[in-house]
Amino acid sequence: MLDYFKLIVLAIVTLLAAMAANFAHDTAYQIHAIIVVLVSLGLFIYTLRHTNDPPKPANTGYNDGVIRAGVIATCFWGLAGFLVGTYAAFELAYPLLNLDLPWTTFGRVRPLHTSAVIFAFGGNALIATSFYVVQRTCAARLWGGNLAWFVFWGYQLFIVLAATGYLLGVTQSKEYAEPEWYVDIWLTVVWVAYLVVFMGTLIKRKEPHIYVANWFYLSFILTIAMLHIVNNLSMPVSIFGSKSVQLFSGVQDALTQWWYGHNAVGFFLTAGFLGMMYYFVPKQAERPVYSYKLSIIHFWALIFLYIWAGPHHLHYTALPDWAQFLGMTFSIILWMPSWGGMINGLMTVSGAWDKLRTDPVLRMMVVSIGFYGMSTFEGPMMSIRAVNSLSHYTDWTIGHVHSGALGWNGMVTFGALYFLTPRLWGRARLYSLSMVSWHFWLATIGIVLYASSMWVSGIMEGLMWREVDAQGFLVNSFADTVAAKYPYYVVRALGGVFYLTGAIIMCVNLWKTVTSTPEKSRTAAPAAAVAAE
Amino acid sequence: MSNPDDNLNPNDPNTTGHEWDGIKEFDNPLPRWWLWTFYATIIWGVAYLFLFPSIPLINGATPGFLGYSSRADVAADMQKYVDANAAVDQRIAAVDLDQIVGDEALLNYAMNGGAAVFKTRCAQCHGAGAGGFKGYPNLVDDDWLWGGTIEDIYTTISHGIREASDDDTRYSEMPKFGEILEPAEISELVQYVLALSGQNHDADAAAKGKVLFADNCAACHGEDGTGDRDQGAPNLTDAIWLYGGDAATLKESITNARFGVMPAWAGRLSESQIRQVATYVHQQGGGE
Repeated sequence: MLDYFKLIVLAIVTLLAAMAANFAHDTAYQIHAIIVVLVSLGLFIYTLRHTNDPPKPANTGYNDGVIRAGVIATCFWGLAGFLVGTYAAFELAYPLLNLDLPWTTFGRVRPLHTSAVIFAFGGNALIATSFYVVQRTCAARLWGGNLAWFVFWGYQLFIVLAATGYLLGVTQSKEYAEPEWYVDIWLTVVWVAYLVVFMGTLIKRKEPHIYVANWFYLSFILTIAMLHIVNNLSMPVSIFGSKSVQLFSGVQDALTQWWYGHNAVGFFLTAGFLGMMYYFVPKQAERPVYSYKLSIIHFWALIFLYIWAGPHHLHYTALPDWAQFLGMTFSIILWMPSWGGMINGLMTVSGAWDKLRTDPVLRMMVVSIGFYGMSTFEGPMMSIRAVNSLSHYTDWTIGHVHSGALGWNGMVTFGALYFLTPRLWGRARLYSLSMVSWHFWLATIGIVLYASSMWVSGIMEGLMWREVDAQGFLVNSFADTVAAKYPYYVVRALGGVFYLTGAIIMCVNLWKTVTSTPEKSRTAAPAAAVAAE
Repeated sequence: MSNPDDNLNPNDPNTTGHEWDGIKEFDNPLPRWWLWTFYATIIWGVAYLFLFPSIPLINGATPGFLGYSSRADVAADMQKYVDANAAVDQRIAAVDLDQIVGDEALLNYAMNGGAAVFKTRCAQCHGAGAGGFKGYPNLVDDDWLWGGTIEDIYTTISHGIREASDDDTRYSEMPKFGEILEPAEISELVQYVLALSGQNHDADAAAKGKVLFADNCAACHGEDGTGDRDQGAPNLTDAIWLYGGDAATLKESITNARFGVMPAWAGRLSESQIRQVATYVHQQGGGE
């Protein structure tokens, strides 16, 4: 019965998308409509061919298939995002690489990179690990049957529509919220399904309490839904075109955008990844979490405070002073709640520090927490108006974001991937620990090159912009500052090459883990297998 | 991991008794330094909100006890220099233009101020070093379209070139000879201009082109092709070209003509600023 319903829905979607492709006002919209036609038509044919299949035996254990798919997607989009980012970095050093083609100019490649690493790499990592963690810590299978698969594939469709849209020039010009209205609507549908799966699993849990990692994951899912919907309120110019007009305008729009933008950092890249940290660090270190009290206090403080901090992105703009000061104050009070996560992570490893010598996966996680601590100190510091007047619009911001993204989000994700792959594919161990070590050092050196070159470049740039002579006249032209940044751009791009190389080594290692590592013995006790790592 | 107690040390603190997938939690208190730093930031934050504008009310926000405002702050910062420079600034706006270069104090001020104006307003087209680009004249050489004395430069900056909104703008318009002459004739003209500028050319074609030049071009560019600054007609006999001196570019220039524009800065810059930047450009090496 459900199959017939699905067939009707898919047929309608295919038909409507075909009509949209026919009446499309612009190429990008037309291509997107055709992608939707192909996807829904493919699903229609698949469903049709399997309509009267005998029902499969009901699954009982954990739903790990969708997590395996998530691990593969995380690796794939990670490589894609790092590659595009490295290319964009070289474009800044050597503008020739823009190739004079609209699709490859920095303006289009840059959102492709940011969305690929944040939403495709980070998002898939968050979805996959949250599905893994919520099942293990609730001792319950994912709720909703195939709905989890809908979340996975629906999210990939969102990524493809967003990425192709960027290259074709579709954007609503809001940082980290570039996709246009129809892609936003689709993401809303997928995200609500994600929330339903996660909540459903929490509700049917067999454990009496909800583990701290799940608080963070849930706050991330809920808040992102709210941020996404409010920041993307817009009216399409035509139902058959990609362009839309924002509901808010002027400084209201700017403030909404940075309320969104900063909390994309706060809830996507911080709360979500803290959820990851709270599960994988104690598991890998095989130690209890340092302090339950600290996890409660810093969770609620973080959730309450983060949402106010957005205005610090608009210091010295048309935003009224009061909003700037309020945003700055909350940003500084946010310092300790952010560090609560660092303390809980690092102190969890205390009592197991000796493992850092032998376990490069744990080393990766510990370094990621270190970078987390560093960037959550740097962030409040940069939100101080006096500091911001120097740092704003310079490469310092880019360096700050990347020490957080490469150091914290990237490294903790790599750690989780190294943890998950042998377990999800039933392997006794990782293929090669020395490859993990190589990855660790390449990534760490890459981040150091990246962050330090951007600090120097950003501070130099800020000082050059504000430099006036004894009579108060500006000393440098904008082009002078661009020319001065060239060597730092080269160093930064090399940092990207290091980081990308490390990620390639990881993907090879994970691939070999799945294909050429002995299976985990079914009879041995799990503890013995873990010890063998 | 199946027996998490194996992971505990003898002197570990108590756990909370919860356990998820083998993960336990210690019942450690909040680290003291963490808690006190957190309190300190909260106290600082509350104090800060009293000192600065922070709480939105119905018709504005609380002003804060320090009475700070971003706009007043930046205005005071700028006023400091305005006051310090007032005397010399007023003198620059008042003296004869050609006296600026001779007066050390005025020249120093005009060069620094002119450089700032140039880097902010002019460098986009003329380049940070004033070396120009295709279609945007080089300002460091002594080849001038509309004249290179300080008065000429001052007039060009004030009123712009082919600026529709300014009645005193420098204006001239070369016809599109593609609508007047045959392609073959244009090719002959090209050969003649190549000859004028001492480049390789076809002598027969150039001879025919010479007649065409006298009939069509000499009125503005002069019989000898050295140009006319009153009309902004460039000198065609030297090696300096605004758009390019090769045969293909010359053909394009003659066929479709060029119509380079520059904004008028009078009204957008102060009289003193225009004089400063005129002095700056004049002193780049080509001033007359």
